[in-house]
Amino acid sequence: MRLSKPLFLSIGLLFAAPAFAQQVAVIKFPELQKRLAQPTDTTYVVNFWATWCAPCVKELPSFEQLRTANASKKVKVLLVSMDYASQVDKKVKPFVKQRNLKSEVLLLNESDPNTWMDKLDAKWSGALPFTLIVNNKTKQRATFEQELSQAELTAALQKFPK
Amino acid sequence: MKKLLPYLSLCFALLLSSFIARPTADGYKVGDKATDFKLKNLDGKMVSLADNKAAKGCIVVFTCNTCPFAKAYESRIVDLNTKYAPKGYPVVAINPNDPAVTPGDSYADMQKKKYAFPYLVDESQQVAKTYGATRTPHLYVLTRQGNDFVVSYIGAIDDNSEDAKLVKTKYVENAMTEILAGKPATTNSTKAIGCTIKWKRA
Repeated sequence: MRLSKPLFLSIGLLFAAPAFAQQVAVIKFPELQKRLAQPTDTTYVVNFWATWCAPCVKELPSFEQLRTANASKKVKVLLVSMDYASQVDKKVKPFVKQRNLKSEVLLLNESDPNTWMDKLDAKWSGALPFTLIVNNKTKQRATFEQELSQAELTAALQKFPK
Repeated sequence: MKKLLPYLSLCFALLLSSFIARPTADGYKVGDKATDFKLKNLDGKMVSLADNKAAKGCIVVFTCNTCPFAKAYESRIVDLNTKYAPKGYPVVAINPNDPAVTPGDSYADMQKKKYAFPYLVDESQQVAKTYGATRTPHLYVLTRQGNDFVVSYIGAIDDNSEDAKLVKTKYVENAMTEILAGKPATTNSTKAIGCTIKWKRA
């Protein structure tokens, strides 16, 4: 019996998916925009960070903690790395593994913020870290162009449905 | 007392709103008059915009020693000075970072840099706050109008921080071409990824 190529691929993907769960997907902005535009009642906590950004690295555990604390709730933590795509294997994946990050990590592969940043949030001037909390159902939105402490992050999420 | 209460609560509300309104009102926009500063250069001498009588303007860059993006842009900032200082727009670099947060940004560490332009320390961080700088590098082109310096461009140097060879749009150079021709820059405000300025912990 010969498996058709698509079938073979999908079986392959089925097995591959769990193994790659902690991996880092490299995406372009439209893909991120689509993810964040879904008409869902889940509150998205999106943190823009980079392995080279000291305050970002410092606050990552707060996001991990937030994810654990809200694991049974409708809260999704997305860690969007702004590292260069060329560094995904060399820097980002080893970092994610070493820090044992459990939240979903994406790498936004865009070189010019002027093509996408205003579409994400006009208030963001480009400094890292930047955090966006959004709930599309209630149309709530909060942004922070600064490092957040665990308490600040928890307080910010308090205002959103869970 | 009862009559006073509405008045007091109004005062309180006003007080609150002035606090809330502050961050959005902060910082320069294109067209604003930039206030001059007096900051210490690497040689210990104070530098102001007004010192350079021959300058037609100035390219003010908030940058530092430590941020990977500042490092990536360092040679491009040097090139901007090489290109535009002879045209009347020298670069003035300002380090706003608190060395207590990033030790590599101390005045002693700044001495390692040998630039052809001033590299000033914004110890009180007041200049960065007044300008509305949020990150390093963060660039402002100022144009002299009489005794004033007017903000003509704010933002990025170009569209590719990783590799100067892959740059497609040189934002600040495009703006400078127009500014030097006496025209307002078509794209006068751009964004760039950078490191947050390391503000002093209150």
